[in-house]
Amino acid sequence: MKAVISVIGHDEVGILAKVSSMCAEYNANVTEVTQSVLQDVFAMVMLVDISKLSIPLSELSDRMSELGKSLGLSIYVMHEDIFNSMHHI
Amino acid sequence: MINLSDILETIRMIQDENLDIRTITMGISLLDCIDTDIDRACEKVYEKITRKAENLVRVGTEIEKEYGIPIINKRISVTPIAMVSAACHESPIKFAKAMDRAAAAVGVNLIGGYSALVQKGFAAGDRELIESIPEALAVTERVCSSVNIGSTKAGINLDACRMMGGIVRKTAELTVDNDCFGAAKLVVFCNSVDDNPFMAGAYHGVGEPDCIINVGVSGPGVVRSALKKNPDANINEVANIIKTTAYKITRVGQLVGVTASERLGVPFGIVDLSLAPTPVVGDSVAHILEEIGLEQCGAPGTTATLALLNDAVKKGGVMACSSVGGLSGAFIPVSEDAGMIDAAVSGSLTIEKLEAMTAVCSVGLDMIAVPGDTTADAIAGIIADEAAIGMVNSKTTAVRIIPAIGKKEGEELDWGGLFGRAPIMRINTKSPSRFINRGGQIPAPMHSLKN
Repeated sequence: MKAVISVIGHDEVGILAKVSSMCAEYNANVTEVTQSVLQDVFAMVMLVDISKLSIPLSELSDRMSELGKSLGLSIYVMHEDIFNSMHHI
Repeated sequence: MINLSDILETIRMIQDENLDIRTITMGISLLDCIDTDIDRACEKVYEKITRKAENLVRVGTEIEKEYGIPIINKRISVTPIAMVSAACHESPIKFAKAMDRAAAAVGVNLIGGYSALVQKGFAAGDRELIESIPEALAVTERVCSSVNIGSTKAGINLDACRMMGGIVRKTAELTVDNDCFGAAKLVVFCNSVDDNPFMAGAYHGVGEPDCIINVGVSGPGVVRSALKKNPDANINEVANIIKTTAYKITRVGQLVGVTASERLGVPFGIVDLSLAPTPVVGDSVAHILEEIGLEQCGAPGTTATLALLNDAVKKGGVMACSSVGGLSGAFIPVSEDAGMIDAAVSGSLTIEKLEAMTAVCSVGLDMIAVPGDTTADAIAGIIADEAAIGMVNSKTTAVRIIPAIGKKEGEELDWGGLFGRAPIMRINTKSPSRFINRGGQIPAPMHSLKN
Protein backbone atom coordinates (compact mmCIF):
# COMPACT_ATOMS: atom_id res chain seq x y z
CA MET A 1 0.00 0.00 0.00
CA LYS A 2 1.40 3.33 -1.03
CA ALA A 3 0.49 6.97 -0.74
CA VAL A 4 1.62 10.00 -2.67
CA ILE A 5 2.71 13.09 -0.74
CA SER A 6 2.76 16.23 -2.86
CA VAL A 7 4.31 19.45 -1.65
CA ILE A 8 3.80 22.68 -3.56
CA GLY A 9 4.80 26.20 -2.57
CA HIS A 10 7.52 28.79 -2.15
CA ASP A 11 11.02 27.30 -1.94
CA GLU A 12 12.99 27.53 1.30
CA VAL A 13 15.65 25.60 3.18
CA GLY A 14 14.71 22.29 4.76
CA ILE A 15 11.32 21.40 3.20
CA LEU A 16 12.40 17.92 2.16
CA ALA A 17 13.97 17.35 5.58
CA LYS A 18 10.84 18.35 7.48
CA VAL A 19 8.47 16.30 5.37
CA SER A 20 10.65 13.22 5.41
CA SER A 21 11.27 13.41 9.14
CA MET A 22 7.52 13.42 9.69
CA CYS A 23 7.31 10.34 7.45
CA ALA A 24 9.94 8.66 9.62
CA GLU A 25 8.09 9.67 12.80
CA TYR A 26 4.99 7.74 11.69
CA ASN A 27 6.84 4.89 10.01
CA ALA A 28 6.05 5.80 6.40
CA ASN A 29 8.88 4.52 4.25
CA VAL A 30 9.88 6.94 1.48
CA THR A 31 10.47 4.92 -1.69
CA GLU A 32 10.74 7.59 -4.37
CA VAL A 33 11.16 11.35 -4.48
CA THR A 34 10.87 13.70 -7.43
CA GLN A 35 11.36 17.38 -6.88
CA SER A 36 11.92 20.51 -8.89
CA VAL A 37 12.20 24.23 -8.29
CA LEU A 38 10.84 26.37 -11.09
CA GLN A 39 11.04 30.14 -10.64
CA ASP A 40 11.01 29.83 -6.84
CA VAL A 41 8.04 27.44 -6.88
CA PHE A 42 8.95 24.27 -5.10
CA ALA A 43 7.19 21.08 -6.21
CA MET A 44 7.95 17.72 -4.69
CA VAL A 45 6.20 14.39 -5.08
CA MET A 46 7.06 11.56 -2.72
CA LEU A 47 5.92 7.99 -2.96
CA VAL A 48 5.75 6.39 0.48
CA ASP A 49 5.02 2.87 1.62
CA ILE A 50 2.25 3.06 4.22
CA SER A 51 1.80 -0.61 5.00
CA LYS A 52 3.46 -0.20 8.42
CA LEU A 53 2.16 3.29 9.14
CA SER A 54 1.80 3.83 12.90
CA ILE A 55 -1.29 6.08 12.61
CA PRO A 56 -4.32 5.99 10.26
CA LEU A 57 -3.67 7.51 6.85
CA SER A 58 -6.34 10.13 7.42
CA GLU A 59 -4.43 11.32 10.48
CA LEU A 60 -1.16 11.52 8.57
CA SER A 61 -3.03 13.62 6.04
CA ASP A 62 -4.13 16.01 8.82
CA ARG A 63 -0.62 16.24 10.32
CA MET A 64 0.99 16.91 6.94
CA SER A 65 -1.60 19.52 6.14
CA GLU A 66 -0.83 21.27 9.46
CA LEU A 67 2.89 21.06 8.74
CA GLY A 68 2.20 22.60 5.33
CA LYS A 69 0.31 25.46 6.91
CA SER A 70 3.12 26.19 9.36
CA LEU A 71 5.58 26.33 6.45
CA GLY A 72 3.29 28.29 4.14
CA LEU A 73 3.09 25.36 1.69
CA SER A 74 0.38 23.05 0.40
CA ILE A 75 0.97 19.43 1.35
CA TYR A 76 -1.43 16.76 0.11
CA VAL A 77 -1.40 13.13 1.19
CA MET A 78 -3.40 10.90 -1.12
CA HIS A 79 -3.69 7.14 -1.38
CA GLU A 80 -2.17 5.96 -4.67
CA ASP A 81 -5.45 4.30 -5.70
CA ILE A 82 -6.98 7.63 -6.70
CA PHE A 83 -4.27 8.17 -9.33
CA ASN A 84 -4.37 4.57 -10.50
CA SER A 85 -8.16 4.70 -10.93
CA MET A 86 -8.20 8.03 -12.69
CA HIS A 87 -5.36 7.58 -15.10
CA HIS A 88 -5.29 3.87 -15.92
CA ILE A 89 -7.95 1.80 -17.61
CA MET B 1 6.12 5.31 -10.20
CA ILE B 2 2.85 6.97 -10.98
CA ASN B 3 3.32 9.55 -13.69
CA LEU B 4 4.16 12.98 -12.23
CA SER B 5 1.91 14.87 -14.63
CA ASP B 6 -1.01 12.59 -13.69
CA ILE B 7 -0.46 13.45 -10.04
CA LEU B 8 -0.34 17.17 -10.72
CA GLU B 9 -3.39 16.94 -12.99
CA THR B 10 -5.40 15.24 -10.24
CA ILE B 11 -4.33 17.81 -7.65
CA ARG B 12 -5.19 20.66 -10.00
CA MET B 13 -8.62 19.17 -10.69
CA ILE B 14 -9.37 18.96 -6.97
CA GLN B 15 -7.74 22.18 -5.75
CA ASP B 16 -8.38 24.59 -8.60
CA GLU B 17 -11.28 23.17 -10.58
CA ASN B 18 -13.57 22.04 -7.75
CA LEU B 19 -13.58 18.33 -8.53
CA ASP B 20 -15.45 16.63 -5.72
CA ILE B 21 -17.73 13.79 -4.85
CA ARG B 22 -21.05 15.52 -4.46
CA THR B 23 -22.68 12.92 -2.28
CA ILE B 24 -22.46 9.49 -0.75
CA THR B 25 -26.05 8.53 -0.16
CA MET B 26 -27.08 5.53 1.91
CA GLY B 27 -30.40 4.05 0.84
CA ILE B 28 -32.27 2.37 3.69
CA SER B 29 -35.43 0.30 3.36
CA LEU B 30 -38.05 1.02 6.00
CA LEU B 31 -40.48 -1.70 4.90
CA ASP B 32 -39.74 -3.69 8.05
CA CYS B 33 -40.69 -0.70 10.21
CA ILE B 34 -44.36 -0.74 9.20
CA ASP B 35 -46.71 -0.83 12.18
CA THR B 36 -50.34 0.11 12.77
CA ASP B 37 -49.25 2.12 15.81
CA ILE B 38 -47.62 5.29 14.45
CA ASP B 39 -45.46 5.92 17.52
CA ARG B 40 -44.07 2.41 17.44
CA ALA B 41 -43.46 2.69 13.68
CA CYS B 42 -41.60 5.99 14.18
CA GLU B 43 -39.47 4.44 16.89
CA LYS B 44 -38.50 1.61 14.52
CA VAL B 45 -37.73 4.12 11.76
CA TYR B 46 -35.46 6.12 14.06
CA GLU B 47 -33.75 3.01 15.34
CA LYS B 48 -33.12 1.55 11.87
CA ILE B 49 -31.79 4.75 10.32
CA THR B 50 -29.44 5.48 13.22
CA ARG B 51 -28.23 1.87 13.29
CA LYS B 52 -27.56 1.54 9.56
CA ALA B 53 -26.08 5.02 9.09
CA GLU B 54 -24.17 5.16 12.37
CA ASN B 55 -20.77 5.20 10.66
CA LEU B 56 -21.70 6.88 7.39
CA VAL B 57 -20.29 10.30 8.19
CA ARG B 58 -17.16 8.97 9.90
CA VAL B 59 -16.32 6.64 7.00
CA GLY B 60 -17.05 9.40 4.48
CA THR B 61 -14.70 11.80 6.24
CA GLU B 62 -12.02 9.12 6.50
CA ILE B 63 -12.15 8.40 2.75
CA GLU B 64 -12.13 12.09 2.00
CA LYS B 65 -8.84 12.49 3.83
CA GLU B 66 -7.19 9.34 2.54
CA TYR B 67 -7.83 10.09 -1.11
CA GLY B 68 -7.60 13.84 -0.73
CA ILE B 69 -10.92 14.41 -2.45
CA PRO B 70 -13.73 16.39 -0.84
CA ILE B 71 -16.97 14.49 -0.29
CA ILE B 72 -19.39 17.36 0.04
CA ASN B 73 -22.45 15.58 1.38
CA LYS B 74 -23.24 12.40 3.23
CA ARG B 75 -26.95 11.74 2.99
CA ILE B 76 -29.67 9.19 3.51
CA SER B 77 -32.64 8.13 1.41
CA VAL B 78 -35.46 5.96 2.70
CA THR B 79 -38.47 4.02 1.40
CA PRO B 80 -41.25 6.41 0.29
CA ILE B 81 -42.91 7.20 3.60
CA ALA B 82 -46.44 6.94 2.16
CA MET B 83 -45.90 3.16 1.96
CA VAL B 84 -44.63 2.95 5.51
CA SER B 85 -47.32 5.19 6.97
CA ALA B 86 -50.27 3.67 5.07
CA ALA B 87 -51.05 1.18 7.85
CA CYS B 88 -51.30 3.95 10.47
CA HIS B 89 -54.34 5.72 8.95
CA GLU B 90 -53.34 9.13 10.28
CA SER B 91 -51.21 12.11 9.24
CA PRO B 92 -47.64 10.87 8.75
CA ILE B 93 -46.09 14.07 10.09
CA LYS B 94 -44.57 12.10 12.99
CA PHE B 95 -42.49 10.15 10.46
CA ALA B 96 -41.01 13.41 9.16
CA LYS B 97 -40.01 14.32 12.70
CA ALA B 98 -38.50 10.89 13.32
CA MET B 99 -36.50 11.13 10.08
CA ASP B 100 -35.30 14.59 11.04
CA ARG B 101 -34.16 13.43 14.48
CA ALA B 102 -32.40 10.39 13.01
CA ALA B 103 -30.62 12.52 10.39
CA ALA B 104 -29.43 14.92 13.09
CA ALA B 105 -28.26 12.03 15.27
CA VAL B 106 -26.04 10.54 12.56
CA GLY B 107 -24.88 13.96 11.32
CA VAL B 108 -26.24 14.04 7.76
CA ASN B 109 -27.51 17.35 6.39
CA LEU B 110 -30.42 16.00 4.35
CA ILE B 111 -32.61 12.91 4.36
CA GLY B 112 -34.88 12.11 1.42
CA GLY B 113 -37.93 9.92 1.11
CA TYR B 114 -40.87 11.83 2.54
CA SER B 115 -42.43 10.72 -0.70
CA ALA B 116 -45.41 9.23 -2.47
CA LEU B 117 -45.64 7.53 -5.87
CA VAL B 118 -49.02 8.35 -7.39
CA GLN B 119 -48.44 8.21 -11.14
CA LYS B 120 -51.48 6.00 -11.65
CA GLY B 121 -53.60 6.98 -8.69
CA PHE B 122 -53.69 7.32 -4.93
CA ALA B 123 -53.22 4.29 -2.68
CA ALA B 124 -53.80 4.24 1.08
CA GLY B 125 -51.51 6.76 2.76
CA ASP B 126 -50.71 8.77 -0.39
CA ARG B 127 -53.18 11.64 0.04
CA GLU B 128 -52.40 11.98 3.75
CA LEU B 129 -48.71 12.17 2.98
CA ILE B 130 -49.08 14.74 0.20
CA GLU B 131 -51.35 16.90 2.34
CA SER B 132 -48.82 16.85 5.18
CA ILE B 133 -45.84 17.93 3.03
CA PRO B 134 -46.08 21.71 3.67
CA GLU B 135 -46.12 21.24 7.43
CA ALA B 136 -43.47 18.49 7.35
CA LEU B 137 -41.04 20.71 5.45
CA ALA B 138 -41.76 23.68 7.70
CA VAL B 139 -41.26 21.91 11.03
CA THR B 140 -38.22 19.84 10.07
CA GLU B 141 -34.80 20.98 9.03
CA ARG B 142 -33.30 18.09 7.09
CA VAL B 143 -36.23 16.24 5.54
CA CYS B 144 -36.70 16.31 1.75
CA SER B 145 -39.85 15.35 -0.06
CA SER B 146 -40.78 14.19 -3.53
CA VAL B 147 -43.92 13.05 -5.32
CA ASN B 148 -43.99 11.11 -8.58
CA ILE B 149 -47.06 12.15 -10.56
CA GLY B 150 -46.40 10.55 -13.93
CA SER B 151 -44.49 7.93 -15.88
CA THR B 152 -44.07 6.75 -19.45
CA LYS B 153 -45.82 3.52 -18.46
CA ALA B 154 -48.76 5.01 -16.58
CA GLY B 155 -49.32 8.46 -18.05
CA ILE B 156 -49.82 11.58 -15.95
CA ASN B 157 -52.07 11.78 -12.90
CA LEU B 158 -53.68 15.17 -13.49
CA ASP B 159 -55.42 15.12 -10.09
CA ALA B 160 -52.00 14.78 -8.48
CA CYS B 161 -50.64 17.60 -10.67
CA ARG B 162 -53.41 19.88 -9.46
CA MET B 163 -52.85 18.86 -5.88
CA MET B 164 -49.09 19.43 -6.11
CA GLY B 165 -49.59 22.93 -7.54
CA GLY B 166 -51.32 23.84 -4.29
CA ILE B 167 -48.87 21.92 -2.12
CA VAL B 168 -45.83 23.64 -3.64
CA ARG B 169 -47.44 27.03 -3.00
CA LYS B 170 -48.49 26.19 0.52
CA THR B 171 -45.01 24.85 1.33
CA ALA B 172 -43.53 28.17 0.22
CA GLU B 173 -46.13 30.09 2.25
CA LEU B 174 -45.38 28.17 5.45
CA THR B 175 -41.67 28.90 5.14
CA VAL B 176 -41.97 32.50 3.97
CA ASP B 177 -39.79 33.72 6.87
CA ASN B 178 -36.99 31.57 5.55
CA ASP B 179 -37.17 32.81 1.93
CA CYS B 180 -39.74 30.09 1.12
CA PHE B 181 -37.01 27.49 1.61
CA GLY B 182 -39.47 24.61 2.17
CA ALA B 183 -40.26 24.54 -1.55
CA ALA B 184 -36.55 24.03 -2.31
CA LYS B 185 -36.81 20.68 -0.52
CA LEU B 186 -39.79 19.47 -2.57
CA VAL B 187 -39.56 17.85 -6.02
CA VAL B 188 -42.41 16.77 -8.28
CA PHE B 189 -41.29 14.01 -10.64
CA CYS B 190 -42.27 12.18 -13.76
CA ASN B 191 -40.40 8.84 -14.15
CA SER B 192 -38.64 9.20 -10.80
CA VAL B 193 -35.85 6.70 -10.15
CA ASP B 194 -35.34 4.30 -7.25
CA ASP B 195 -31.61 4.83 -6.77
CA ASN B 196 -31.16 8.58 -7.12
CA PRO B 197 -28.47 9.76 -4.68
CA PHE B 198 -29.18 13.48 -5.19
CA MET B 199 -31.43 15.60 -3.00
CA ALA B 200 -34.08 16.75 -2.78
CA GLY B 201 -35.50 13.96 -4.96
CA ALA B 202 -33.78 10.91 -3.44
CA TYR B 203 -35.82 8.02 -2.09
CA HIS B 204 -35.04 4.33 -1.65
CA GLY B 205 -37.15 2.36 -4.14
CA VAL B 206 -39.07 -0.73 -3.14
CA GLY B 207 -37.08 -2.99 -5.49
CA GLU B 208 -33.82 -2.01 -3.84
CA PRO B 209 -31.98 -4.13 -1.25
CA ASP B 210 -32.29 -3.46 2.48
CA CYS B 211 -29.39 -1.02 2.54
CA ILE B 212 -27.16 0.29 -0.24
CA ILE B 213 -24.56 2.95 -1.04
CA ASN B 214 -24.99 5.20 -4.08
CA VAL B 215 -22.59 7.89 -5.16
CA GLY B 216 -23.12 11.13 -7.06
CA VAL B 217 -20.11 12.77 -8.68
CA SER B 218 -19.63 16.32 -9.78
CA GLY B 219 -17.05 18.36 -11.69
CA PRO B 220 -18.37 20.98 -14.14
CA GLY B 221 -15.25 23.07 -13.44
CA VAL B 222 -12.98 20.27 -14.62
CA VAL B 223 -14.89 19.87 -17.89
CA ARG B 224 -14.85 23.58 -18.53
CA SER B 225 -11.14 23.97 -17.99
CA ALA B 226 -10.37 20.95 -20.23
CA LEU B 227 -12.38 22.66 -22.97
CA LYS B 228 -10.69 25.97 -22.32
CA LYS B 229 -7.34 24.45 -23.20
CA ASN B 230 -8.70 23.55 -26.64
CA PRO B 231 -10.45 26.68 -27.87
CA ASP B 232 -10.24 25.73 -31.55
CA ALA B 233 -11.35 22.10 -31.30
CA ASN B 234 -14.19 21.12 -33.61
CA ILE B 235 -17.37 19.82 -32.06
CA ASN B 236 -16.38 16.13 -32.37
CA GLU B 237 -13.21 16.90 -30.47
CA VAL B 238 -15.24 18.82 -27.89
CA ALA B 239 -17.36 15.70 -27.34
CA ASN B 240 -14.21 13.60 -26.96
CA ILE B 241 -12.64 15.98 -24.45
CA ILE B 242 -15.82 15.85 -22.35
CA LYS B 243 -15.88 12.03 -22.53
CA THR B 244 -12.26 11.70 -21.41
CA THR B 245 -12.80 14.12 -18.56
CA ALA B 246 -16.06 12.45 -17.49
CA TYR B 247 -14.24 9.12 -17.42
CA LYS B 248 -11.67 10.44 -14.95
CA ILE B 249 -14.28 12.11 -12.76
CA THR B 250 -16.41 8.98 -12.66
CA ARG B 251 -13.48 6.73 -11.78
CA VAL B 252 -13.08 8.67 -8.58
CA GLY B 253 -16.77 8.19 -7.86
CA GLN B 254 -16.42 4.46 -8.41
CA LEU B 255 -13.36 4.27 -6.15
CA VAL B 256 -15.05 6.19 -3.36
CA GLY B 257 -18.26 4.15 -3.69
CA VAL B 258 -16.48 0.79 -3.58
CA THR B 259 -14.33 1.85 -0.63
CA ALA B 260 -17.31 3.21 1.31
CA SER B 261 -19.31 0.08 0.62
CA GLU B 262 -16.49 -2.17 1.88
CA ARG B 263 -15.94 -0.19 5.04
CA LEU B 264 -19.62 0.12 5.88
CA GLY B 265 -20.36 -3.50 5.02
CA VAL B 266 -23.17 -2.40 2.74
CA PRO B 267 -23.52 -3.33 -0.97
CA PHE B 268 -22.48 -0.76 -3.54
CA GLY B 269 -25.30 0.36 -5.79
CA ILE B 270 -24.59 2.84 -8.53
CA VAL B 271 -22.63 5.87 -9.58
CA ASP B 272 -24.84 8.69 -10.78
CA LEU B 273 -22.99 10.22 -13.73
CA SER B 274 -23.95 13.79 -13.21
CA LEU B 275 -22.39 17.17 -13.60
CA ALA B 276 -23.85 18.89 -10.56
CA PRO B 277 -22.97 22.57 -10.29
CA THR B 278 -22.58 24.68 -7.16
CA PRO B 279 -22.90 28.46 -6.88
CA VAL B 280 -19.11 28.68 -6.45
CA VAL B 281 -17.36 30.42 -9.33
CA GLY B 282 -15.74 27.80 -11.57
CA ASP B 283 -18.31 25.09 -10.83
CA SER B 284 -20.98 25.94 -13.36
CA VAL B 285 -22.69 23.93 -16.10
CA ALA B 286 -23.76 27.17 -17.85
CA HIS B 287 -20.10 28.14 -18.15
CA ILE B 288 -19.36 24.86 -19.96
CA LEU B 289 -22.00 25.73 -22.56
CA GLU B 290 -20.49 29.20 -22.85
CA GLU B 291 -17.04 27.66 -23.22
CA ILE B 292 -18.37 25.56 -26.11
CA GLY B 293 -19.25 28.83 -27.78
CA LEU B 294 -22.37 30.60 -26.55
CA GLU B 295 -22.21 34.28 -25.68
CA GLN B 296 -24.38 33.48 -22.68
CA CYS B 297 -26.40 30.49 -21.53
CA GLY B 298 -29.92 30.77 -22.97
CA ALA B 299 -28.72 31.95 -26.38
CA PRO B 300 -29.82 30.04 -29.50
CA GLY B 301 -27.73 26.85 -29.51
CA THR B 302 -28.11 26.28 -25.77
CA THR B 303 -30.24 23.15 -26.18
CA ALA B 304 -27.85 21.66 -28.76
CA THR B 305 -24.73 22.25 -26.67
CA LEU B 306 -26.43 20.88 -23.58
CA ALA B 307 -27.53 17.76 -25.49
CA LEU B 308 -23.95 17.17 -26.58
CA LEU B 309 -22.62 17.72 -23.07
CA ASN B 310 -25.18 15.41 -21.50
CA ASP B 311 -24.52 12.60 -23.96
CA ALA B 312 -20.73 12.87 -23.75
CA VAL B 313 -20.81 12.79 -19.93
CA LYS B 314 -22.73 9.51 -20.04
CA LYS B 315 -20.51 7.95 -22.71
CA GLY B 316 -17.36 8.83 -20.80
CA GLY B 317 -18.76 7.81 -17.45
CA VAL B 318 -20.36 4.53 -18.33
CA MET B 319 -17.07 2.72 -18.91
CA ALA B 320 -15.61 4.08 -15.71
CA CYS B 321 -17.90 2.33 -13.28
CA SER B 322 -19.47 -1.01 -12.58
CA SER B 323 -23.05 0.17 -12.43
CA VAL B 324 -24.64 3.38 -13.57
CA GLY B 325 -27.95 4.69 -12.31
CA GLY B 326 -29.73 7.54 -10.64
CA LEU B 327 -30.41 10.51 -12.84
CA SER B 328 -27.12 10.53 -14.73
CA GLY B 329 -26.81 13.67 -16.81
CA ALA B 330 -26.05 17.34 -16.50
CA PHE B 331 -28.07 19.22 -13.89
CA ILE B 332 -29.33 22.72 -14.55
CA PRO B 333 -30.52 24.07 -11.17
CA VAL B 334 -30.70 27.82 -11.70
CA SER B 335 -29.99 29.02 -8.14
CA GLU B 336 -27.08 26.59 -7.71
CA ASP B 337 -25.16 27.61 -10.82
CA ALA B 338 -23.32 30.95 -11.04
CA GLY B 339 -23.61 31.05 -14.85
CA MET B 340 -27.33 30.24 -14.81
CA ILE B 341 -27.96 32.95 -12.20
CA ASP B 342 -26.19 35.55 -14.36
CA ALA B 343 -28.07 34.38 -17.46
CA ALA B 344 -31.41 34.56 -15.65
CA VAL B 345 -30.66 38.02 -14.25
CA SER B 346 -29.62 39.38 -17.66
CA GLY B 347 -32.78 37.97 -19.25
CA SER B 348 -30.87 35.63 -21.58
CA LEU B 349 -32.28 32.55 -19.85
CA THR B 350 -36.06 32.19 -19.62
CA ILE B 351 -38.28 29.50 -18.14
CA GLU B 352 -39.39 28.52 -21.63
CA LYS B 353 -35.78 27.96 -22.71
CA LEU B 354 -35.09 26.00 -19.53
CA GLU B 355 -38.09 23.82 -20.33
CA ALA B 356 -36.63 23.04 -23.76
CA MET B 357 -33.27 22.26 -22.13
CA THR B 358 -34.90 19.74 -19.80
CA ALA B 359 -35.83 17.63 -22.83
CA VAL B 360 -32.16 16.82 -23.39
CA CYS B 361 -30.64 16.62 -19.92
CA SER B 362 -31.40 15.58 -16.39
CA VAL B 363 -33.55 16.60 -14.70
CA GLY B 364 -36.05 19.40 -15.03
CA LEU B 365 -37.09 22.87 -14.01
CA ASP B 366 -34.87 22.96 -10.98
CA MET B 367 -34.42 25.59 -8.29
CA ILE B 368 -36.30 28.31 -10.12
CA ALA B 369 -38.00 31.13 -8.22
CA VAL B 370 -41.26 32.44 -9.68
CA PRO B 371 -43.27 35.51 -8.62
CA GLY B 372 -45.21 35.25 -5.36
CA ASP B 373 -48.56 35.78 -7.05
CA THR B 374 -48.14 32.66 -9.24
CA THR B 375 -51.32 30.64 -8.76
CA ALA B 376 -51.48 27.01 -7.68
CA ASP B 377 -53.03 26.15 -11.04
CA ALA B 378 -50.20 27.83 -12.93
CA ILE B 379 -47.70 25.77 -10.93
CA ALA B 380 -49.75 22.66 -11.70
CA GLY B 381 -49.63 23.61 -15.40
CA ILE B 382 -45.84 23.91 -15.26
CA ILE B 383 -45.69 20.51 -13.56
CA ALA B 384 -47.93 18.97 -16.24
CA ASP B 385 -45.79 20.41 -19.07
CA GLU B 386 -42.60 19.12 -17.54
CA ALA B 387 -44.14 15.71 -16.83
CA ALA B 388 -45.27 15.50 -20.46
CA ILE B 389 -41.68 15.99 -21.64
CA GLY B 390 -40.57 13.19 -19.34
CA MET B 391 -43.43 10.87 -20.22
CA VAL B 392 -43.04 11.21 -23.99
CA ASN B 393 -39.25 11.04 -23.98
CA SER B 394 -39.03 8.14 -21.49
CA LYS B 395 -36.80 10.18 -19.20
CA THR B 396 -36.93 11.60 -15.72
CA THR B 397 -38.18 15.15 -15.45
CA ALA B 398 -38.89 17.13 -12.34
CA VAL B 399 -40.15 20.44 -11.11
CA ARG B 400 -38.62 22.18 -8.13
CA ILE B 401 -39.87 25.73 -8.33
CA ILE B 402 -40.15 28.14 -5.46
CA PRO B 403 -43.01 30.65 -5.43
CA ALA B 404 -41.41 33.71 -3.82
CA ILE B 405 -44.30 34.68 -1.58
CA GLY B 406 -44.62 38.47 -1.30
CA LYS B 407 -41.97 39.12 -3.94
CA LYS B 408 -42.07 39.85 -7.64
CA GLU B 409 -40.04 39.46 -10.81
CA GLY B 410 -36.62 41.10 -10.59
CA GLU B 411 -36.18 40.44 -6.86
CA GLU B 412 -34.43 37.33 -5.59
CA LEU B 413 -34.42 34.64 -2.92
CA ASP B 414 -31.10 33.98 -1.24
CA TRP B 415 -30.47 30.81 0.79
CA GLY B 416 -26.68 30.81 0.62
CA GLY B 417 -24.51 27.69 0.69
CA LEU B 418 -25.10 24.94 -1.85
CA PHE B 419 -28.65 26.09 -2.56
CA GLY B 420 -27.43 29.50 -3.75
CA ARG B 421 -29.70 32.37 -4.75
CA ALA B 422 -32.56 32.46 -7.20
CA PRO B 423 -33.52 35.49 -9.27
CA ILE B 424 -37.30 35.56 -9.60
CA MET B 425 -38.12 34.74 -13.21
CA ARG B 426 -41.00 35.87 -15.39
CA ILE B 427 -43.67 33.30 -16.13
CA ASN B 428 -46.56 33.33 -18.58
CA THR B 429 -49.58 34.52 -16.60
CA LYS B 430 -52.35 33.10 -18.82
CA SER B 431 -54.39 30.59 -16.84
CA PRO B 432 -54.39 26.80 -17.40
CA SER B 433 -57.13 26.36 -14.75
CA ARG B 434 -59.82 24.84 -16.95
CA PHE B 435 -57.39 22.17 -18.19
CA ILE B 436 -55.93 21.43 -14.75
CA ASN B 437 -59.33 21.15 -13.09
CA ARG B 438 -60.63 18.60 -15.58
CA GLY B 439 -58.82 16.02 -13.45
CA GLY B 440 -58.28 12.39 -14.40
CA GLN B 441 -55.35 10.67 -16.07
CA ILE B 442 -53.45 11.73 -19.20
CA PRO B 443 -53.06 8.38 -20.98
CA ALA B 444 -49.61 6.84 -21.44
CA PRO B 445 -48.08 7.37 -24.90
CA MET B 446 -48.18 4.73 -27.62
CA HIS B 447 -44.51 3.83 -27.17
CA SER B 448 -45.14 2.76 -23.57
CA LEU B 449 -46.42 -0.47 -25.11
CA LYS B 450 -43.09 -2.15 -25.61
CA ASN B 451 -43.93 -5.79 -24.96
